[in-house]
Amino acid sequence: MESVDEAVAGIEDSSTVLIGGFGLAGMPSELVDGLIRHGAKDLTIVSNNAGNGEVGLAALLKAGQVRKILCSFPRQADSYVFDELYRAGKIELEVVPQGNLAERMRAAGAGIGGFYCPTAVGTPLAEGKETREIDGRTYVLEYPIKADYALVSAYRADTLGNVVYRKTARNFGPVMATAARTTIVQVNEVVPAGTLDPESVVTPSIYVDRIVRVDARKYTVEGAR
Amino acid sequence: MTARSSASTASSAAVTEHADRGPLSTDELAAVIGRDIPPGSYVNLGIGQPTKIADHLPASEDGLPGVILHTENGMLGMGPAAHGDDIDPDLTNAGKVPVTELPGAAYFHHADAFAMMRGGHLDVCVLGAFQVAANGDLANWSTGKPGAIPAVGGAMDLAIGAKDVYVMMTLFAKDGSPKIVPSCTYPLTGVGCVSRAYTDHATFDIQPDGVHVLETWGITLAELRERLSVDLIG
Repeated sequence: MESVDEAVAGIEDSSTVLIGGFGLAGMPSELVDGLIRHGAKDLTIVSNNAGNGEVGLAALLKAGQVRKILCSFPRQADSYVFDELYRAGKIELEVVPQGNLAERMRAAGAGIGGFYCPTAVGTPLAEGKETREIDGRTYVLEYPIKADYALVSAYRADTLGNVVYRKTARNFGPVMATAARTTIVQVNEVVPAGTLDPESVVTPSIYVDRIVRVDARKYTVEGAR
Repeated sequence: MTARSSASTASSAAVTEHADRGPLSTDELAAVIGRDIPPGSYVNLGIGQPTKIADHLPASEDGLPGVILHTENGMLGMGPAAHGDDIDPDLTNAGKVPVTELPGAAYFHHADAFAMMRGGHLDVCVLGAFQVAANGDLANWSTGKPGAIPAVGGAMDLAIGAKDVYVMMTLFAKDGSPKIVPSCTYPLTGVGCVSRAYTDHATFDIQPDGVHVLETWGITLAELRERLSVDLIG
């Protein structure tokens, strides 16, 4: 894709959109900014956090485009945009243990209809869910999280859509890329197909639908000294 | 039959009381926990106080880390916090603080990071806590107050995943109430998952037969028994 706006074109109202990143590392900020300009509404967002400051996901929330968010850790020192919307009853929240969030998307991408997981057994987050004892241990039935779109930030892609990541900015990217009908990846560099080491490819091109190049991030990490 | 009961008595080691000093500082507590983590272990240190344990882990002789630190956001071989020019926005820990990588580090995605926990590959994790029950139940993610925004992160996955779950906390809350309790009043993070509770006043080993006191600081075992409503073995 030539531009971010072109990359996010066609995202329909009421879509479920996966947004990568753990805090700001791996957050596809440019694609999210593009989604804000695009204006799709009533979105269901799946992301680990619920936005930082007023950039990226937080800006999308502030723009009033999100109906519901699934995440593991919405409350952070700088998540005030989400906090205000939540307290005002303007956004729905489903808190999911972080590993279940990842595994539920992995299951969606792998065609698994559901799985029994030991996480959260006996806690409020398993209330009302089906449980089963297997080999003497209790497990909770968890369902996949399927999505219409995934917005992922990575380091480098080839022109076919093979993707490599950088350090802990990889986080949810490879899993989200498998779980959406349309996966959109922003990278800092696009190289000709055939120049990436095939052994080092993390997300193979079969999972990737659109690639757009953006400049490397310049933000600082929260808590950085 | 008699031999068995006498063996059981002989194996219960005496509690080491350090009553001639105050409770442990956070750094001293971190050092006590670090001392108990076996060299060569794969370890996850929870966000907050447990990160201080990284300064007290066993050293190695060959330049490689003595303990391999795991972080839930996709890394083994995590190094100390990064400063100045070493700060890289693509390299952070679970608390989103910039960190460094050590020789032998490896990166992986989130589903793998949590498979390492659930799959029983992680030797030890150390978590903070609001309450630990005598049966090892853990409450550390929510105080259950109305209006509070729930946020669990990776706590529930870690609690049921690591082979050994250690807790690092003060023994008493700010209002003086003990955090080792007969059963948790806060919402649970995991059931029967804690094996050790390290606190500023005492360390506790949580076994199927009950709560064993291992060591005390600034308090005697007798005083501890008066202040906790949990039967203590020691």
